[in-house]
Amino acid sequence: MTGAQALALEEVDKRYGTVHAVRRLSLSLDAGEVLTVIGPSGCGKSTLLRLIAGLERPDAGRVLIDGEVAATERRSVPPEGRHVGLVFQDHALFPHLDVGRNVAFGLASLPRSQRAERVGEVLDLVGLAHLAGRHPHELSGGEQQRVALARAIAPRPAVVLLDEPFSSLDENLRAQVRADTLAALRETGSAAVVVTHDQDEALSLGDRLAVLRDGRVEQVASPREVYESPVNRFVATFMGEADFLPAHVHDALLTSEIGIVSTVPGWAHTDHDVEVVLRPHQVALRPDPGSSARVEGVEYHGAFVLHHVRLPSGRAVRSWQQHGVRHDPGTTVAVGVVPGSRPVLLSGDTALAGPPPEARR
Amino acid sequence: MTHPLARLPGGAGRRGWSLLVLLVAAVVASPVVGVAAVAVAGDGLTAPGGTGEMIATTALLLGLVAVGTGVLGTGLAWLVTAYDFPLRRTLAWLLVLPLAMPAYILGFVFLSTFDYAGPVQTALRSVLGDDLGVGSDGLPVRSVVGAAAVLVLTLYPYVYLTTRAAFLELAPTAYDAARSLGAGRARAFRVVLLPLARPSLAAGLALVMMETLTDFATVQYFGVRTLSVGVYLAWKGSFDLASAVAVAVLVLLAAVVVLALERALRGRASYAQRGGRGSGLARRRLTGPRAWVATGAAASVVALAFALPVVRLVTWALSALGDDTGAGVDDRFADRLVSSAVLAVVVAATCVTVSLLVAHALRLGGGRVVRGAAQVTTFGYAVPGAVVGIGVLVVFQGADDALVALGVEGGTGLLVTGSVLGVLVAYVVRFTGPAYQAVDASFSRVPTSLTQSALSLGAGPGRLLTRVHLPLVRPGVAVALTLVLIDAVKELPLVLLLRPFGFTTLSVWVYELASENFWERAALPALLIVALAVLPVVLLNHSSRAVDPSARVVR
Repeated sequence: MTGAQALALEEVDKRYGTVHAVRRLSLSLDAGEVLTVIGPSGCGKSTLLRLIAGLERPDAGRVLIDGEVAATERRSVPPEGRHVGLVFQDHALFPHLDVGRNVAFGLASLPRSQRAERVGEVLDLVGLAHLAGRHPHELSGGEQQRVALARAIAPRPAVVLLDEPFSSLDENLRAQVRADTLAALRETGSAAVVVTHDQDEALSLGDRLAVLRDGRVEQVASPREVYESPVNRFVATFMGEADFLPAHVHDALLTSEIGIVSTVPGWAHTDHDVEVVLRPHQVALRPDPGSSARVEGVEYHGAFVLHHVRLPSGRAVRSWQQHGVRHDPGTTVAVGVVPGSRPVLLSGDTALAGPPPEARR
Repeated sequence: MTHPLARLPGGAGRRGWSLLVLLVAAVVASPVVGVAAVAVAGDGLTAPGGTGEMIATTALLLGLVAVGTGVLGTGLAWLVTAYDFPLRRTLAWLLVLPLAMPAYILGFVFLSTFDYAGPVQTALRSVLGDDLGVGSDGLPVRSVVGAAAVLVLTLYPYVYLTTRAAFLELAPTAYDAARSLGAGRARAFRVVLLPLARPSLAAGLALVMMETLTDFATVQYFGVRTLSVGVYLAWKGSFDLASAVAVAVLVLLAAVVVLALERALRGRASYAQRGGRGSGLARRRLTGPRAWVATGAAASVVALAFALPVVRLVTWALSALGDDTGAGVDDRFADRLVSSAVLAVVVAATCVTVSLLVAHALRLGGGRVVRGAAQVTTFGYAVPGAVVGIGVLVVFQGADDALVALGVEGGTGLLVTGSVLGVLVAYVVRFTGPAYQAVDASFSRVPTSLTQSALSLGAGPGRLLTRVHLPLVRPGVAVALTLVLIDAVKELPLVLLLRPFGFTTLSVWVYELASENFWERAALPALLIVALAVLPVVLLNHSSRAVDPSARVVR
């Protein structure tokens, strides 16, 4: 692995006929970094992988892999010349080759003596050295997935692309395989792009998370930042649950229908209408016969209980209560905000980092 | 649905590979384009005398064969799907066997049996007196009706197979619904099943008509002059390429009409509905005399179209061998066998290699144009032999003219003498279609994600082909090789039209001997061809999907 950037996309654009799949998209990935990509179906995440892998040419912009130009609108290095590893949802193991030969497939340029050694190394890494002689159809789904990963990282690619790699696995197997995959990637130091549609996976897997919509990156940041400080309404609703209430900031005090929400540092001497984003874990409930907010529905999720609450204005908010706490539908409750919460503020569809100039008093 | 990441690559694909596909498509399309271009240019095209009559004869023959195969094929398909009778299972598959009997072989066996001097008329005369009440010429066996009878007996399996598949797949739920609504067996068949099976019937009939249009050997036994015969005679009789092209254009038009008819008959129907799995038609068990009538009817078709002719050929062959071993197996036999074998092997290898490369190239991407070109390579099989043959000649002449214009004295010299190269090109044009379909069927079972994984692991197109695609599509390649080998050995019209002087294959030899009534000597090579042709029919019964004959119909 050479210098800093394993992968860079610069203003990459791609259309299929009338469909604008990727719009002037820029992204970069440091060596060894794991980036998760999430977005609704049709957002362009598969096209993004295809562009990086060389299965598609960009209409404009550049793709750089390991510091070298892999594609411009004029010239495109074919997939076999890119040093990019691919792991498919269906694993795509060669059915006519045994596990060892599958892994050795990408090592053609290595001297014969070193091939066996490298195959052993990566199979050890995924814990499958004892299965080198098996054929793919003799393996379980999880084992196939690990072989596919071993095969992809064997030629030491600058970046490994994983397309929903865990979605074909059983729920109970997934967490383990996910952890093993991440460990293997860390150990080899390969950068990786993981496309997923699973929110839990997106939040827990990568160093950074990119949220895509309509061929654009809406936000790319650490999973925690994306969840806690979404840049707009779309990211807030797409990553995690969120309810929106009209609110008002007056001299750093945020109030809404449910009363005082929080103080907002930096908003002294302001007076401004905003919208507040409330995540269910930020919403507190307390039975209160005098309140006119009412529990409408209760969902049991095991570790926590989700309450749907109708406010007097007709708006709804959701609240997570700890396991064992349950307010039956019809209960009137006082709604507040969990102490210490710093809810995100929106103006229009965009999140506010600080008070806009017109809010100054 | 393929997953979006695993879609075929878009864009121009690999330039070299895409060009290869376009080149193959151009070669396959060149005969038709050549004939059409000459027709459009139009100068000096005068159809030879008697063309009007040929058109009428062709239409009559097509009509008779269509009605005959339609009734026989659909009737037999209904018999074996709706009723149960002794030996039903065995007969259901034996009924496909006549596919292995080329018309030019059944034709001469038929003639030898039913012609004036044959055993049937001789026996009749001994019973009924000399003129049989039809005049001194005997029964009009050498006629359109005789030719149609032979073609019906060799071609009905196409209709039988397609309609039987339709009855098996579509029928159960629709038929049960009709019965539960109070329709009797006959009415349910007429009102529900026949219309449901119509697209399949249309596909089968189109195949039958194309084969009928292509034939110009069998019908000549019967003195019938169709348009294809006209093409053959214009070229072989007087080496008059212009009038041969003029008639070939008419054959091409006839083929277009057949395809249009197929579309019309198919209507807007696209019944892709599959009947409930497993249930199937509840077959009605026939008992008593009716059961034996059913068994007898099916068995007599197999006997007439396959078993009796084979018995007769075996008898002849044995008697020829007994008479004089030299007559049966002289060195010409070996010579012709080698000609056929070499031709078939070269053609099969070429067709399968071309198919493999085209399917592989498609996997590397290349957009709509390349995909369209790949489709064109499958059309050769639907083009009547006379058009392919004359088209190849037209293309060769074009090449000659171009070379002469460039100052090469005499051009390629290929046209005048006829050439093995011409035969090869024509065969490749005609047989790449079935080969490609078999190979492509295998390719479609290889996920695109495999291709893309191999590429991303650093394998270029060449290594991808040899290490991944080829090992995975071996079954399709085997089927394609078998199909083309046997089709090429069976093929008669093209080689008859294009062969150079002195180049004789088994099929040509059989035809020449039969034309001169040397039936006993024709028997052994004929038997050899039939024995070879039985192979794909057996294959077809074992894996009817891979070599589904209806898949050869152009959509």
